[in-house]
Amino acid sequence: MTRPQAASLISQHFGGAQVQGDAPFVVTVPSEQWQSFARFAKDTLGCRFFSFSTAVDWKDQGLELVARIDNLDDGVSVLMKARLAPGVSECPSLVPVFRGADWMERECYDMFGIRFEGHPDLRRILLGDDWVGHPLLKSYAVDTPYPPYR
Amino acid sequence: MATPALTRVELDYAGGERLTMNMGPQHPSAHGVFRAILTLEGETVVGVDAVIGYLHRCHEKLAETLTYAQYPSIASKTDYVAAMTSEFAYVLAAEEIGKIDVPRRAQYLRVVTSELQRVASHLLWLGTWCMDMGGALGGGATIFLYCIRERELILDLFESLVGARLLYGFYQVGGVRYDIPSGWAEACRNTIDLIDQRIGEYEGLLEENPFFLARAQGVGLISRDLAEDVGIAGPLLRGSGVQFDLRRAAAYSSYQDFQFKIPTEIQGDCFARYRVRMAEFRESIRIVRQALDGLPEGPISSRPGLKSVAQVRIPKGEAYARVEGPRGEVGCYMIADGSAKPYRMKWRGASFSNLAVLPHIIPGHKVADVVAIMGSVDPVFGEVDR
Repeated sequence: MTRPQAASLISQHFGGAQVQGDAPFVVTVPSEQWQSFARFAKDTLGCRFFSFSTAVDWKDQGLELVARIDNLDDGVSVLMKARLAPGVSECPSLVPVFRGADWMERECYDMFGIRFEGHPDLRRILLGDDWVGHPLLKSYAVDTPYPPYR
Repeated sequence: MATPALTRVELDYAGGERLTMNMGPQHPSAHGVFRAILTLEGETVVGVDAVIGYLHRCHEKLAETLTYAQYPSIASKTDYVAAMTSEFAYVLAAEEIGKIDVPRRAQYLRVVTSELQRVASHLLWLGTWCMDMGGALGGGATIFLYCIRERELILDLFESLVGARLLYGFYQVGGVRYDIPSGWAEACRNTIDLIDQRIGEYEGLLEENPFFLARAQGVGLISRDLAEDVGIAGPLLRGSGVQFDLRRAAAYSSYQDFQFKIPTEIQGDCFARYRVRMAEFRESIRIVRQALDGLPEGPISSRPGLKSVAQVRIPKGEAYARVEGPRGEVGCYMIADGSAKPYRMKWRGASFSNLAVLPHIIPGHKVADVVAIMGSVDPVFGEVDR
């Protein structure tokens, strides 16, 4: 699949998505299409390689989800994004589409407190089970105390 | 905390008894701090719950508090066995956003150091992996000591180049920090020639050893489908039949100037991953030779000397830069807001994604195979936990 073909397929199936660039395609979809777009990219665009997923805290403007998937055979790559409304931290999970999303979303939950609906095992992964707060949120100060240690 | 096993395989085991066994976090075969909670039926593992995070330092939060001049030397602490490649990904991301040119000499020096780093990292992997399977190799530590001996030579080269043996801080946004001292290229050539000869020696020791073959062949199969779905990269992906290497697929830092093969195996077992890495030794050595032969003259950095660490400013923008590290795709997703520090930085640690495949492949194997499989994945926990 060439990049123009991929671009026209994206605009055909996801009319509401904003597409920028083509290496990678930066596609912004509404958060309710997060999972269906990933499914489409995997099945139709052949982006079967799950590179990473994460989130960005844009303070008052809410959280943004980011995931990158690649087609290793012909170099089509998609950086998919979705904005959550301010104060919202629920989002569909990508685990039914990509098994690699399992640990990535657990990390995202750990760091940002995003609850992925449909994740089979959503619990903290890097921080301890008794940790309070989600450190990568901009509202979490670097010197937040962690009793009784500091 | 009682945690149910994540993945279960139903086997024809006559007994109804299941045993939960804790492995780690201080198990020597983990090469770091990794805890696996194994659910056993007899000798067979039926479920794995991988517990990570013991080495977490929140590098991503740290990166938001450090400037573009400060962080590269901290980046080397993510994957401390291949410190060069993690620094590399960070500076590439910053250069991509800032559209900063890197002089050709610096690009070649980056190639030389990251390929030497790959050889050093693979040597450590080979030595420790074979020691994990110790008894089966008739004497245990032989290969380990051989590999460490050779790795030491590369660390000596790094020491005379940078002054440090493990964590370098060699890369900076815009180039590299040091030029090679006189006589370094010659010493480097001698070292890689020596290592090139000795790799054949290791292959002879291992591949003619039926115990090694029995423990590596057919163990820990990863299908192409699973490999892509989980997002494992590097030698693991190529061991599962995907001929994909970022140095070729998305060439960075002048890699298009060099001739090299992309070793690929189709079996997807521990032995295939071993074969890929053994072939990569030779390809890396080839690249180092070519880069030293064609090393251009000129400046080593486009960045003027700094009076303050906050002087490097990157305009607003975002980029995802990835390099082919010894363990696969090391990626740095960076969002810059125009100040001297990134607004957000995400590490895609190659070991993190590679390790995530363990719960999918271990069930069905014997306990002793867990050690062989874990070693063949080559995780570095600084990079898993970041």
